[in-house]
Amino acid sequence: MSSHDNGHPDVPGHELSNVPDEALVNDLYANPGLPEHQWRPTDVDPRAEKRAERQVATLFGLSAVCTILLLVSYFAFDIGEDPDVVGGVGASNLFIGLSLAGALLFIGTGVIQWARKLMADHEIVEARHPSASSAADREATLAALDAGLEESGIGRRPLVRNSLLGAVGLLGLPAVVMLRDLGPTPSQVAKDKPYPGAGIENTIWEKGMRVVRDVVGTPIRPADLEIGDLVNAEPEGIFNGGEDGEPLEGLALQVNKSKGAVVVVRMEPEEITPGDGRENWSVDGIVCYSKICTHVGCPISLYERTTHHLLCPCHQSTFDLADSAKVVFGPAARPLPQLPLMVDDEGYLVAQSGFTEPVGPSFWERG
Amino acid sequence: MDTSRVAKTNATTAATTTKPNRAGAVANWADERLGLATAMKKNLRKVFPDHWSFMLGEIALWSFVVLLLTGVFLTLWFTPSMGEVQYNGSYDQLRGIHMSEAYASSLRLSFDVRGGLLMRQMHHWAAMLFVASMMVHLLRVYFTGAFRKPRELNWVIGSLLLILGTLEGFTGYSLPDDLLSGTGIRAADGFVKATPVVGTYMSFFMFGGEFPGESIIPRLYVVHVLLIPGLLLALIAAHMLLLVYHKHTQWPGPGRTEHNVVGFPMLPVYAAKAGGFFFIVFGVTALMGALLSINPVWKYGPYDPSKVTAGSQPDWYMGWPDGALRIMPGLESHFWGITISWNVMLPILILPVVMFTIVMLLPFLDAWITGDKRDHHLLERPRNAPTRTALMVALMTMYGLFWIAGGNDIIAIKLHASINQITYFLRVAVFVGPVIAFVVTRRWCISLQRKDNETLLHGYETGIIMRSAEGGYSEKHLPLSSTRAYTLAARDRDPVPVDHQHDEDVNGIPAPSGGRVAALRHRLRTLWYADNVQKPTVEELEAGHHHAEHEHELQAGVEGHAADGHQFDGHHLVEDESLRQH
Amino acid sequence: MRLLNRSAGRLSRHRRGPLAGLAVVLLGLLLTGGLYTVFSPAQAGSAAASEEQIAQGRELFLVSCSFCHGQNGEGMRSQDGNQLGPSLVGVGAAAVDFQVGTGRMPMARPGAQVPRKPETFDQDEIAALAAYVASLGPGPAIPDESDYSLEGMSDEERQQAITNGGQIFLTNCTACHNFEGSGGAMPRGGFAPKIRGVEPRYIYEALLTGPQNMPNFTNGNLSPDEKRDVIAYLGSLEDMPDYGGFGLGGLGPVPEGLAAWVLGIGSLVGAAVWIAAHTTRSTKKKVEA
Repeated sequence: MSSHDNGHPDVPGHELSNVPDEALVNDLYANPGLPEHQWRPTDVDPRAEKRAERQVATLFGLSAVCTILLLVSYFAFDIGEDPDVVGGVGASNLFIGLSLAGALLFIGTGVIQWARKLMADHEIVEARHPSASSAADREATLAALDAGLEESGIGRRPLVRNSLLGAVGLLGLPAVVMLRDLGPTPSQVAKDKPYPGAGIENTIWEKGMRVVRDVVGTPIRPADLEIGDLVNAEPEGIFNGGEDGEPLEGLALQVNKSKGAVVVVRMEPEEITPGDGRENWSVDGIVCYSKICTHVGCPISLYERTTHHLLCPCHQSTFDLADSAKVVFGPAARPLPQLPLMVDDEGYLVAQSGFTEPVGPSFWERG
Repeated sequence: MDTSRVAKTNATTAATTTKPNRAGAVANWADERLGLATAMKKNLRKVFPDHWSFMLGEIALWSFVVLLLTGVFLTLWFTPSMGEVQYNGSYDQLRGIHMSEAYASSLRLSFDVRGGLLMRQMHHWAAMLFVASMMVHLLRVYFTGAFRKPRELNWVIGSLLLILGTLEGFTGYSLPDDLLSGTGIRAADGFVKATPVVGTYMSFFMFGGEFPGESIIPRLYVVHVLLIPGLLLALIAAHMLLLVYHKHTQWPGPGRTEHNVVGFPMLPVYAAKAGGFFFIVFGVTALMGALLSINPVWKYGPYDPSKVTAGSQPDWYMGWPDGALRIMPGLESHFWGITISWNVMLPILILPVVMFTIVMLLPFLDAWITGDKRDHHLLERPRNAPTRTALMVALMTMYGLFWIAGGNDIIAIKLHASINQITYFLRVAVFVGPVIAFVVTRRWCISLQRKDNETLLHGYETGIIMRSAEGGYSEKHLPLSSTRAYTLAARDRDPVPVDHQHDEDVNGIPAPSGGRVAALRHRLRTLWYADNVQKPTVEELEAGHHHAEHEHELQAGVEGHAADGHQFDGHHLVEDESLRQH
Repeated sequence: MRLLNRSAGRLSRHRRGPLAGLAVVLLGLLLTGGLYTVFSPAQAGSAAASEEQIAQGRELFLVSCSFCHGQNGEGMRSQDGNQLGPSLVGVGAAAVDFQVGTGRMPMARPGAQVPRKPETFDQDEIAALAAYVASLGPGPAIPDESDYSLEGMSDEERQQAITNGGQIFLTNCTACHNFEGSGGAMPRGGFAPKIRGVEPRYIYEALLTGPQNMPNFTNGNLSPDEKRDVIAYLGSLEDMPDYGGFGLGGLGPVPEGLAAWVLGIGSLVGAAVWIAAHTTRSTKKKVEA
């Protein structure tokens, strides 16, 4: 058996030419031409033809039935507070959907069956034309282009041409500049402080602000927590930071939640390895960290009490809360910012100060 | 080519000119005003070749139509606003909760508008199918070489459609303002902020201030319902026009050449098949919307920047950059008071751009390396372009591994594995996997080429085992039908790369003096074709046939015997034979 | 005040220890122990008497638990310092009821996490074990049904409880257990188990005691009413119909994407193959009429 393991046969190779040449495609066999047309049963057997006709019409009929069913389901099944349920599934969605699917699929299969069985199915041949225009056309076009350019004098009058190009080019500038008021700049927000805690490097946290439970907004005493407890907490400011001690709402609330949310955990005090200068940032083994991941900003609270690891569900960055929230795994590059804790006169957990660094994902100017 | 067999019409009876019927009257009325007949003359009977893989792009087209239809329905109720309202609708679990109008209206669509939930779910399923079918279509076009000249620009348009479709999907699933979509926007904010120099400014301009602001949903809405759909429509129109202009590619075969296109006419067969397929795509979407719950926004709750859920993933088409983000080690540079977040920039800002650029440039890369400047209308089997095929399989492998990384938490719980170990594994696998895939695919293609040559030279395997007088066993081979032999042999010989040692190639053309670039190109071209198996030459074919005839003579004893069942092996017409004849 | 708090904190830390330390336990030994307990002759008298119950519990404990947790539940460390079983002094009856009642203990084999499995003991035996462990030191008791039931509430209060529970659930639980309670992955092979369909009592106990790596949500952290509300919300999720059709495991976009590819693209490519497939051919020639 001679096989051609080493590839190139000894025919001289050719650099591909620009002209498609059929001989290039098949130099071994002559093109046998289209095979003879073979008829389908429906072409030659009138009974089969009738049968196919009835089949197609039946499919269209079934589609009509489904459409009626759709209309019936639309009015028959309740949605809203007390929805109809069939087999644990919302009946309205199920039956409107199924009947719609039926109505569409029966038309689709019917039409295709019609094409397959009954429409003439001779393959026909169409000649291709080159994608490029003819040489004459191309020449004529180029001549027209030249004539136009010549008559405009754009080549002869560089002053006109260049000033036009400059003017049109400059018009691109407003297209960008006019988007300027899409939003304030970071420094404007930090300066104007339209709401408490405004500014990319700030949060609402400040010295003495209580750490309160999320949702309910109640303050926390150290004694409330036992070893292994995790509290998803918020700055009290979002519950009373508005005018006249009103809760924040709308934009101010959302922005401050997106920066101020924290997790509070309690562990054995001796398990904590405090960072430099953070020796008194915890209270009886209670530590508090920003809940906003330093990677791209997902809130994280997947806490393992025995390892003190905190995991982000978005991209699996893992932080060690016993060791200044250093990154132990995953794509995050910086530890979670820590909020220094103390206890106020009434015995509740409060912040010693705001965060000492910006929370959330990194940005260019962060340093 | 025997043109006498080419039918001028596909009707069974000749068309006769009769008095214009009603359709003709309407056509006349229109033509007198619009002059459409000239254009329609050819196009109504435009020929489309028939092959299942040519219909994959249609899935994308039709799911786009479904998206337009269901999308319009949704806009009638959806309120793209981040204004805070208290929910008072039908869904008990959230009654009294403060939420954005966007989320409240999504709940209203789901619970208080009949068919609203169905339309929401169909819209979401259709979106997933839209992007998926574009990708499957892209793979078909690539593997068959249909992107080659003159269709490179249509490839570029198609790639742009894929990018826009992905962005359209992202802007779409961000609109309901539920916990999952908000988490996605939050991550997007992190991506934007990681942009060097202008990151924070871009973020503040996008959100109209600090994240989450009050502007992002209305802005995404306009992008989602106006800007991107407009671009998509325009590009789809251009894509289709070019398809019509170039005429569809076809597989080589008897009667099919580079100069013609063989198939069924647009009217009626393709109109019916394509129109029918629209209803099927629409119907399958409806079926999925009816039976399979997708994105149950009510369970996620309204977006709250302090909440998150396990299994926070984007939709599948954003899964691969998300996967890259997950397995990227945490690298960040701090100097001169600035921060560069490689851990975010590389996987999410740079990698997708690089990947899309590579995909968009593939036709030009292919042409540059091969030096092929001819028009191509006949498709190439993937095996006959081993390096090209292997290149895409390598890219697919990389894509698939990133995809796995994007679902690593779900995979961890379903397979009882450790996300840490999956991540460590993938950090290596995304580099090693594509290389292995490339080598394996390439060798696989070459083996298939070799097998094709065997078949051409020695005929097909009949499955009949012959025992020779000496007691040796061999499988009987029979010659191919002329159709099959022609089809199998209908492929190009690879050009022999110009040898750089000599100053001119075999045709006497001097080697291009492009210096280093030319040398690189030469090296790439050599690698591109290395080890490919060429189809047999005429002499080899004759030698092979002589050999086969000789074997035939040896086996002639059984020829025509009932034991020789080859006439029923599916390669022959058996009209006049019956099994019991012998 | 502060001092008092501190001492309370100190006290409490002795009551908690890591429950999920990797234990080197021989499956055979445990099985033997389990089988013994199942087939051992019934203890004299009913479990009503507390003293007797504790005594019965101690006997069960010695057979099935002491190998890792020590003869007196004081915990054990292997020679190289690894924790075999944590101390059970002060974990309370609730922890025992959760761990043994859900079959997690006795542990079948060491691993990243002890999964739920069919329980080894019947309710009486669990009660006896719980009584014994509770006698080792004060700890949370098994919650009463009234702690987590919405009985006796008006419809409006019930509604309020469910809505409130939903917010607490989404804040404290979904991060690990997913928005539908389908569970999620944790580092190094650990996982937050599926909590849909888990008996309210066990959810309550888990919140109270923080089994394995789960943080606890003690009453000082999450009030009993809030725990009740979370359980009510979870119950309402289960009672709720699947409005939009069958869920895909409630795991979010990953199974949805899989369905789009396998079911959607799969069936549509199938349809394309059908549309382009050649129909049956006849051998007959057409008779021109």
